[in-house]
Amino acid sequence: MKANCWEGKRKVRVEEVPDPKILNSRDAIVKITSTAICGSDLHLYNGFIPTMEKGDILGHEFMGEVMEVGRGVKNLKVGDRVVVPFTISCGNCSMCKREMFSLCENSNPNAWIAEKLMGHSPAGLFGYTHMLGGYAGGQAEYARVPFADVGPLKVPAGVPDDQVLFLSDIFPTGYMGADMCNIKPGDIIAVWGCGPVGLFAIASAYLLGAERVIAIDRFPYRLEMARNRAQAWETINYEEESVLERLKELTGGRGPDACIDAVGMEAHGHAAIYAYDRAKQAVMLESDRPIALREAILACRSGGTVSVIGVYGGFIDKFPMGTVMNRSLTIRSGQTHMQRYMKPLLERVEQGEIDPSFVITHRLPLDQAPEGYDMFLHKRDNCEKVVLSAN
Amino acid sequence: MTTMTTRAGPSREALSRSPGAMDGPAPRNGKHQESGPDGERMARGLGWFSIGLGLAEIVAPSAMARLIGIDERDNENRLQAFGVREMANGVGILSQPKSAAWLWTRVAGDVMDLAALGAAYNSPRARRDRVAVAALTVAGVTCLDILAARRLSQQPARRAAADGHDSRIHVVKVVTIGSSPREVYDFWRNLENLPQFMEHLESVQVLDGTRSRWKARAPAGSTIEWESEIVEDRPGELISWRSLPASEVLNSGQVWFTAAPGSRGTEVKVELRYDPPGGKLGVAIAKMFGEEPGQQIGSDLRRLKQVLETGEVVHSDASIHRGMHPAQPSAAGRGETR
Repeated sequence: MKANCWEGKRKVRVEEVPDPKILNSRDAIVKITSTAICGSDLHLYNGFIPTMEKGDILGHEFMGEVMEVGRGVKNLKVGDRVVVPFTISCGNCSMCKREMFSLCENSNPNAWIAEKLMGHSPAGLFGYTHMLGGYAGGQAEYARVPFADVGPLKVPAGVPDDQVLFLSDIFPTGYMGADMCNIKPGDIIAVWGCGPVGLFAIASAYLLGAERVIAIDRFPYRLEMARNRAQAWETINYEEESVLERLKELTGGRGPDACIDAVGMEAHGHAAIYAYDRAKQAVMLESDRPIALREAILACRSGGTVSVIGVYGGFIDKFPMGTVMNRSLTIRSGQTHMQRYMKPLLERVEQGEIDPSFVITHRLPLDQAPEGYDMFLHKRDNCEKVVLSAN
Repeated sequence: MTTMTTRAGPSREALSRSPGAMDGPAPRNGKHQESGPDGERMARGLGWFSIGLGLAEIVAPSAMARLIGIDERDNENRLQAFGVREMANGVGILSQPKSAAWLWTRVAGDVMDLAALGAAYNSPRARRDRVAVAALTVAGVTCLDILAARRLSQQPARRAAADGHDSRIHVVKVVTIGSSPREVYDFWRNLENLPQFMEHLESVQVLDGTRSRWKARAPAGSTIEWESEIVEDRPGELISWRSLPASEVLNSGQVWFTAAPGSRGTEVKVELRYDPPGGKLGVAIAKMFGEEPGQQIGSDLRRLKQVLETGEVVHSDASIHRGMHPAQPSAAGRGETR
């Protein structure tokens, strides 16, 4: 089959690789119809997350048709149309039983590597480093889906791929970002980053009852999408004005009730602080640039919540713990506990409360995945979200 | 999930004490004899050398590659990884200058460097004259490392014991499994189940009520065999065993099964001690290549958890292969690769 493989920093290539096989009895093989490039794939593309190997198949946002099931899978049959969550969860361990699915204790065969970096291991993920499992990803024609009796969500024939594909990651991820803010009537939420996850966080904050949502980015086209497609109340371009000053002005001096970091480890910022973090990252004195996170913490109302859904890989520097402690802030974070959200969000899509396809700007065949990465990275042609068609 | 210590094994009497009694580090009395100043001075010098070399490899990998005559583009990442190893090693030596363990780790690192240079020598893009000079330099440093390590190793035995470094390996690992203590005990007590989750075990053959014959894969493709007997067996609580005197690998261990608080199943705690083939150097080299015993046992316990909670050992596209393999399906099936 054809698959998009990581070949080194800023280098991906569509290659001919062997077809996947059933390796465990609870596996399914899915023939992929639609798959997408995620902002978190760019962290791998830029070489910022360790334990990638040449030849690793990328991709963790995919859907398609069930081709084969292992003898342990009773709830799916050949021909079912499914969306596959990016996290792999066994459904049996104590974390899965507590619905903390992205912390599954059994799905990472390379848990010992993750343990060395993080203390304990989270769940395995599709196409996202050897430290997180060494699973082939879904930017391919077919994929093996482990624990297929727990992960994939069946979707009805009537709903097009574009409307349900993002149940695989970014819609539930944005939604969990808003859910962790514990939104109450009258709350003002600020969202750093207007990439696809940021847009879903904005839309989800409204679904969960936020009064106003403020969006922060530096690309005018992304701020415009936040305003026009996700209904952000106000937008701030951090290259043009001071985010902290403007947020105070927009919130009566209080600060947003909750702040969502939908940027993560490769944040940009004003020249001096960006240069500082970029330099430390280059010589490996910190692995992540936490510019958006620091700002979110400083901006947040006293006693408020900072919700972190942007991906961080390792260690950060100059973390303002003093403000977290003295102002009683709550920090919440996590890879998305997908199975908690997929079904309720599918219902919202079916009822017409939201059409997730509003984030899509580009469609390419799988063969052109490398062009898609390059365009998405450089934000060319107002690129927001690239969907690849596979079969 | 786990704790691991490599240190001098307590006496046989200590083995029969309660599990908790063995958790603390080996006592340090601080009164032991000063080590030979020569060995220690050499060790400090080599420690600083490690840090300097490591820094150069991390900060200027291309200049380093040119210096030793290997291709820059192919080797930048590897040199940086080697640099991280050197730095860690240097810090280790300087923080414990009286201990030989970190110096033996340096020796293992030298072996790795020499192997890499040997491979580079055959690369068409290498400058062979420079690679040869680099290899000679590393060989010289290896001699110094061995000399320093041997000097430190030849301290009185009580010194080594007090510092916690001995050729005997002692490992403690713990995992929580969502089954009752009796269920986990029963699975384990059927010793022929063990190769299902202990990756390095090829087979366990039960000989009678207490004796069994074990066959395991050792580093570098060899196999080792030994006979073992169960010395204590408390259903649902504890199994304790030791190898019979004629064994190639002398080992003893116990596994406890304790109910976890909050209905979380069973805390399984394994304690194992053995003399590895190849002694201290064998352990250091195995560590470099990822076959460190604590890690093996930790991963084995994870697999036991997978078997009991999900029904089988969980595989990924890369994990079914021995050594590194890209995360993509392989042409061979699972049976052929592992």
